[in-house]
Amino acid sequence: MNSFKNKVVSLFKKEGSKSVISSLVAIGMGLIFGLIIILIANPGDALSGFKLLLTGGFYKGAKSLGQVFYLAVPIMMTGLSVAFAFKCGEFNIGTPGQYIVGAFTAVFVALKCTFIPDSILWIFCILAAGLAGALWAVIPGVLKAFKNVNVVISCIMCNYIGMLLVIEGIKATIYNPTGAESYAVPASKAIPTFGLDVLFPESHINFGIVIAIGLCVLAYIIMNKTTFGYELKACGYNSDAAKYAGMNEKKCIILSMAIAGFFAGVGGAIAYMSGTGKTLPISEVLPNEGFNGIPVALLGFNNPIGVVFAALFIGYINVGGNYMQSLNIAIEVIDIIVAAIIYFSSFTLLIKMFLNKRKSKKVKIEEGGHE
Amino acid sequence: MEYAIEMLNITKEFPGIKANDQITLQVRQGEIHALLGENGAGKSTLMSILFGLYQPDEGMIKINGKEVQINDPNDANKYAIGMVHQHFKLVHNFTVLENIILGVEDTSMGFIKTADARKKVVALSEKYHLNVDPDAYIEDITVGMQQRVEILKMLFRDNDILIFDEPTAVLTPQEIDELMHIMKGLVKEGKSIIFITHKLNEIKAVADRCTILRKGKYIDTVDVASVSKEELSEKMVGRKVNFNVEKGEAHVGETVLKVENLTYHPKSGHKEVLKNISFEVKRGEIVCIAGIDGNGQSELVYALTGMVPTTSGHVYLNNEDITKMSIRHRSDHGMAHIPEDRHKHGLVLDYSLAENLILKSYYKPRFEKNGFIRFDEMNKYADYLIDKFDVRSGEGRKSIARGMSGGNQQKAIIAREVDSDSDLLIAVQPTRGLDVGAIEFIHSQLVAHRDENKAVLLVSLELDEVMNVSDRILVMYEGEIVANLDPKTIDVKELGLYMAGSKRGEGYE
Repeated sequence: MNSFKNKVVSLFKKEGSKSVISSLVAIGMGLIFGLIIILIANPGDALSGFKLLLTGGFYKGAKSLGQVFYLAVPIMMTGLSVAFAFKCGEFNIGTPGQYIVGAFTAVFVALKCTFIPDSILWIFCILAAGLAGALWAVIPGVLKAFKNVNVVISCIMCNYIGMLLVIEGIKATIYNPTGAESYAVPASKAIPTFGLDVLFPESHINFGIVIAIGLCVLAYIIMNKTTFGYELKACGYNSDAAKYAGMNEKKCIILSMAIAGFFAGVGGAIAYMSGTGKTLPISEVLPNEGFNGIPVALLGFNNPIGVVFAALFIGYINVGGNYMQSLNIAIEVIDIIVAAIIYFSSFTLLIKMFLNKRKSKKVKIEEGGHE
Repeated sequence: MEYAIEMLNITKEFPGIKANDQITLQVRQGEIHALLGENGAGKSTLMSILFGLYQPDEGMIKINGKEVQINDPNDANKYAIGMVHQHFKLVHNFTVLENIILGVEDTSMGFIKTADARKKVVALSEKYHLNVDPDAYIEDITVGMQQRVEILKMLFRDNDILIFDEPTAVLTPQEIDELMHIMKGLVKEGKSIIFITHKLNEIKAVADRCTILRKGKYIDTVDVASVSKEELSEKMVGRKVNFNVEKGEAHVGETVLKVENLTYHPKSGHKEVLKNISFEVKRGEIVCIAGIDGNGQSELVYALTGMVPTTSGHVYLNNEDITKMSIRHRSDHGMAHIPEDRHKHGLVLDYSLAENLILKSYYKPRFEKNGFIRFDEMNKYADYLIDKFDVRSGEGRKSIARGMSGGNQQKAIIAREVDSDSDLLIAVQPTRGLDVGAIEFIHSQLVAHRDENKAVLLVSLELDEVMNVSDRILVMYEGEIVANLDPKTIDVKELGLYMAGSKRGEGYE
């Protein structure tokens, strides 16, 4: 009995379970907040609407679930991008830029590199997009490593530069004047479904979800099992100690940003290569999927596997939100609710800090006492 | 007998460790009561309980005979308990006066009134002979003065029970004497002092009684006058401690490290930190760099280990010019380094003990296969080192370094560096803040390294350590080496003259 109690206690004290608990609390708070909004905005339909929001992912069975996966992919990749860089000590807020640069590259390759057969073109598109995203993220990385420029600031600037370059690029190469947007990638060149459309009929799911989850697992392995990940994390936790141990901290910063950018770029490619007719706009707006990577990473406690679940959760809420329109709830209200839930998920860290407060207090004193 | 403080049967448990187990501490009115114990013996935990930072699981606290509940530091202040922390809590760009009144400042209409406070500070400073200038900026005054500001802070708040947490660790020998004097003056005026330390000389010099803790347990409370230093240390460590470093004759061999005309002029600074330094370290000897803190010792080590680029001059390791080589190259070619700052450089505090133990060898075939870390090998090696060097922690190799006690963090670094089988071991203040048991152990490791026909370069601020451990002493003063001495033919006083810059050795005029 006692040992069982100890086990339970130690389970709660484990870093991992503390993260899960704090994420769940954050989600709970977001949902309560969403409920309050909907009660104010639409008291009549509030409860049925809220129920729809919570169950929307299963509302139309496999189709809805397929949509969850489809919507989860881009934010899974940008979330992974943020999480990966964060583990290495950098706050990659440049995901919108990397994402849009990757998306443009993928669409460009898909439309212009007609010499590659359609059946394998998507592979090249995704790789090219990843490389473009990596290149875009390397710029802040290099600035940080050699000139100690704050990554957040250079990332934000790169976001706008990237977005504007993409707009000019679209106008110059793949511009569709009738819609004032880029041409869409035709379904024949889209990422194949490999039978996933049979499992999830009528949804937009494609092989991208498998790629995204695969990359998350790959990132997890790099982070936790390889010497390369060991170096990256050491640089992130304590760059002085990493330097002392003979690691090349400049290389760590640049490579971690490059990999993070690669993930965001791939996210952009998958989003625009799904054969849904999605086009690149030429309005000067940074893509939401990029910024939404930040709450996904926070909700997934910067763990690549956590990111998978966080992205699926946010995809799920989005699908539910879409179905709420059937109750004549204004789309703006739905957007507010979904945004509130995402916003609250960012409190994960705050809640975790709260959980850790007593522990860290203790550690601090012990350190102070012995030094 | 009236006690100022009684802590009765205090028990405090943390996950994996009982930090305090039925500890009793009784401090009389007007005495200096030493609290003695090894690192991790539970001194800090006990004082944190008294200061209201933790709640005890069991036991009670009485102040002047009345039972009290101390929930936070404000409560502690209410009961007139003050503490000088080892790391001072001062605002560097504030004046002394501003620091003293911080948190208890008098205001009128939102403006700070300092006139009364200034009068009180000046009066206190005179009464206790502290000689503190209330208008000096903290960043301009010496560490010893800063400590006096901390003392004044407690006096200003009318604290009667003063806790000094290892107050001498940061002071020069002269400053220590002055502090002892001040402490005696304080108890004469009716204050009670709890003096946390593991330096036995200081206890003998100043304390009336001493309570000894070991591994979280209460061992004894003794009258300091009636016990010897040896008895105290035996109670503290639990076995006899050898104060003399056991070592045989040095058998000096070929040169391992050769430094030629090394100069370092930092880009940001306006003066040369290292000036034309030349020396050699040979196999089979321990060369000690002595000097008062801040005379270029740290920079010399950074230059030797490759952490800063040198301005001119050469460094040779085993006859290879490594002046421009990377840190990794140096460590791969036989240089081990126990850094001065174990938290900044020595450890990745968020890594586990095992991960920290392979910090400098993770990429070697033993621990890497096709880019993957061989966790089984890592764990095996960590267990081996933990066992060999007696590194203690709550959860063994899985313990996060941050949660380990300072002494055991240091032991982990020493284990890693000593076991790296290097030709040259550079150890910077390896025993700072450690207790006699750990110091004895570390000294024996340094000597063992020497006796394996390897070279040791020791940088130390502790004169005892300099005199006892080294085979040769190089004294640094203002970025220069000013003397090359033999510890057998010199005494501490003379060494002090070299360190203070008032004397230069032969060949260094």
